This record gives sequence, C-alpha cells and structure tokens, in this order.
Amino acid sequence: MKVLVAVKRVVDYNVKVRVKADQSGVDLTNVKMSMNPFCEIAVEEAVRLKEKGVATEVVAVSIGPKNAQEQLRTAMALGADRGILVETDEQLSSLAVAKILAKVAEEEQPQIILMGKQSIDTDNNQTTQMLAALAGFSQGAFAAGLVVEDGKATVEREIDGGMQTININLPAVISADLRLNEPRYAKLPDIMKAKKKPMDTKTPADYGVDTASKVKTLKVEPPAERSAGIKVGSVEELVDKLKNEAKVV
Amino acid sequence: MGILVIADHHNSDLTPVTANVVAAAKAIGGDIHLLVAGADCQAAAEAGAKLEGVSKVLVADNAVYANQLAENTAALVATLGKNYTHILTGATGNGKNFMPRIAALLDVEQISEIISVESADTFKRPIYAGNAIATVQSEDAIKVITVRGTSFDAVAATGSASIEAIAEVTDAGLSSFVSEELAASDRPELTAAKVVVSGGRGVGSAEKFDIIYKLADKLGGAVGATRAAVDAGYVPNDLQVGQTGKIVAPELYIAAGISGAIQHLAGMKDSKVIVAINKDEEAPIFQVADYGLVADLFDAVPALEQQL
Repeated sequence: MKVLVAVKRVVDYNVKVRVKADQSGVDLTNVKMSMNPFCEIAVEEAVRLKEKGVATEVVAVSIGPKNAQEQLRTAMALGADRGILVETDEQLSSLAVAKILAKVAEEEQPQIILMGKQSIDTDNNQTTQMLAALAGFSQGAFAAGLVVEDGKATVEREIDGGMQTININLPAVISADLRLNEPRYAKLPDIMKAKKKPMDTKTPADYGVDTASKVKTLKVEPPAERSAGIKVGSVEELVDKLKNEAKVV
Repeated sequence: MGILVIADHHNSDLTPVTANVVAAAKAIGGDIHLLVAGADCQAAAEAGAKLEGVSKVLVADNAVYANQLAENTAALVATLGKNYTHILTGATGNGKNFMPRIAALLDVEQISEIISVESADTFKRPIYAGNAIATVQSEDAIKVITVRGTSFDAVAATGSASIEAIAEVTDAGLSSFVSEELAASDRPELTAAKVVVSGGRGVGSAEKFDIIYKLADKLGGAVGATRAAVDAGYVPNDLQVGQTGKIVAPELYIAAGISGAIQHLAGMKDSKVIVAINKDEEAPIFQVADYGLVADLFDAVPALEQQL
C-alpha cells in the first residue's frame, strides 16, 4: 500500500520568535527554518511502515515556498521514496491545505496519510481532521501507537486523562502525537541519495483549489509579560507570603 | 440563529470546561444552545441545563455517540450546526478531535483555542507556542471555534434550561471504539484544579516524584509535569503541562525542579500565583515566578508540605 506523508516548513523549534513592530506578524527574516517536529514523527512512522513491509511506497508532500524542498529532501533522506512540492508563497489556511491534500490523495490513492498533529507556528491542530472529512476518510488524531493489519488500522490515541484505542477503516488520515516514536537522524549517505530522488513541483491552481481565506489576521502582538516577583530566603518565608500576602493557601 | 456549544462530558457528568465555553458564548452574545452527544448521557444533559446563559439543551443519546468518535459526532453537528452563527467547544482532547472535522464538512475555517472575544467575529488566539497573540476576524457565515477554558471564568450553575431530545442518528461506519485506559485518581482534574504542583526532570525518578504527589495532596491540588519529566518516564503523559500538553491557570502553581522551557511556560504562565523552587538561581522559571526559592527541591518540597 502507498503511504502519503505531509510535512511543513516552519520556524525551528529552538528559535524564540519576535513580533514585528508594525504588528503584521512575527519576524522570520534570517530565522532558521526546519521541518515541523510533529511532521518528523509522521515521516518516521511512514518509514517504519515501509520497513515492516506494510507500505510499498512512501510519498512526501509539502505545501509552501520553494525552499520547502529542503524539508522534502530531509523526508527523502529519512526514507521517503519521492516528493511533491505544492509551491505557494501565501500563508494558507488549514482548510485550504486540507483541500489541496485531498486532491493530492485523489491522485495518489494512498491507504494511509500521516501528518503531524499540529504545526508549531500557527498551532491550529486542524489539517488532519479537515482532510479526513473532505476525503471522507476515517481519522486517527493524536496517535501514540499504530498497527496496520487486515485492511484496518488500530490507533492508540492520547485523550484527556489517558489513552483510547480505536479501530478505523482504511483509507485513513492519522496525526502523530509526540510519543508515537522517536525520529531517527538522517545519515550522510542517505542525504546524498535523497538528492537524486524524484520531486514534482505543482501549484495550488494545478489542483483547482481556491485558497482565499475568510479569516483575516488584524494584528499580532507579543503576549503580556509576566514580571518576575521576589526571591524568598526560606521555606518559612515562602509559607508566610503564600498565607498572608498572596492568600492562596 | 444563535450559538451552539458542544458539551465536553463523560456521559455521567459534564467536565468543568463546558461552563467556561458557555462564558465565551455569552461574551459573543446570542441565544445559546448546548449539545450533549453521548450515550446514557442524561446526567450530563441535566448538569448542562443548569449552566447560566443556556436556553436549551439538545441531547443526542445513542450508542453511536458513546465514545465521541469524531466521524459520528462531526456528521451530527454538521447537519445541526447549519442553523447557528457560531459553534463552540472546549479545546480539549475531544474538541480538538471532532471540531475541525465539523468545520471542513461545513466548508468553513476553524479558529482554534481562542483566549478572548473582541466582538462576534473577532477573537484573540495564541500562536507560536504563546510567544505571540494574533487578533483574527472571520467572515465565515458559521464561525467554528475552540475555546481555551482557562481564559474564561466559568458561568454559574444556577440556570434551568429546557431539555430536548434529538432523534437523528448518524453512524458514519468508519471507526469503532476498542478500549480506554484512564488514569484512576482522587485528585482534581489538572485543568480544573485550584492548585497544581509540578515537577521537572530535576525530580530525578518516578519514585522521587512521590514528594510532589504528597505536597499536591496536602494542598488538595493536582500534579503536573514538564515534557522532560514525562519523556523520562517519571509520570504518565497526561500530566504534561505545556504547549503540547495541558494548559492550566490555577490559583497557585508550584514548579519544583523546573527550569522553565518556553514550551512549559506556555502551559502555565496564566496561573494567578507562581512559586518556583529550583537550585539553579539562573533558571528562567524565576523570571515568571511571583515567589522564587533557590533551594534543593528535596529539602524544600517536604519542608513546605510539613509547614502548610
């Protein structure tokens, strides 16, 4: 079976972003960009499915600027067989991304689509569930475990207060949570080999998707700063402050 | 027209966040209906009918909704939701699972995890792990929104709405429930607790986490942890506080052996009073703490428990 894995180019998780002075967004000039950490976990899971003999081909897809090919090359160095870049310089909504991915799925006919549960820039946590709805597929969001057999997937999901296990029909869209696996690092020979793997470039228009958004960002501000309080010298002083000053115990 | 709030519940009871989501709905303004979709969920519906501001509770009580499988819940709300201007639910495990599916079925965008209502179409929400706050305005005919519960004060349970059963049943037939493992605990739920005591990697082991539990029990609070402590296997992952875990805003948050990574701060910096105990006086956690104590947590935490 074919597995499609979606990856997003985002600001590196170690970067502390700064809001632009004109409140139009965050400043991304000269900032290190990387593959979204949850997408790395999704790629790892796709590659493991191939290593287990469940998947026959892993196709990586990314929707973003020209430079997102770097993230596709990374996915291919980790084990994806080929890449599809849907090139756009627009900041697309999750709904638009889901619509494009639904068209890619129509063309590629994967049995499983893997993606990260959320991207660490917009923090939307929407695309997997939207894609599943648009394609009419079942969904396994926030996966911490995945077993594929007999044309079905058993997904262990992170829920409030514990874990839930569900059985879902294929095709399915599955989103990776933090503990699904520990992604491997790409080895140098694999990075070299990945440069020769095939990569198609498309545009949203090729898929006939209208990407206009009905949600406008009016402004982006830094969060209210919390100012540091005081240092106390002892446990006794702390207890006194909590009882008599803060009055929370 | 009006606002549909989808209740977060365990069939036999309503989770506290629902009262916060109703508060967000009141801030938007309009007639508020509460949907309880579950199985044998009459008790949750009755609890919902008491929430101030709710005019009607709609109950879809059927086995297909028992475990709130996204496919079935979304199919139900995508039909029902067409009659409303806003559909709201809590940014909980369940809400995050089914809500985007509803939005896509209605062909509208979703606004995730709002922290304030500016007007009926304009909201604030955190992006970049809370390092920036975006103000967004939606022109969608139906606004599909998840609400960060800790950002809204819960409405009182003094109302008396009518309860109406929904006959429609949708089984998408795409998924089925196998099992659920919930951590059994007498402690309050993390996101609703008035006091949270959290430990980080500095605690050192699962056994040593015992002192964190003891202090939490003394204060009638919940236990939390950093992602590092969870990844190290000290505590189960549902205790993780942070951008990728639970967002908490208790009256008192005690951080023990926590350095204060951005990821963790994003999950607790709206707490009313923050206490940090760390032996590294340079730890970033002290920059957000109201009261900082530079001390070894293995001395300070048990001493604190004794003296409270």
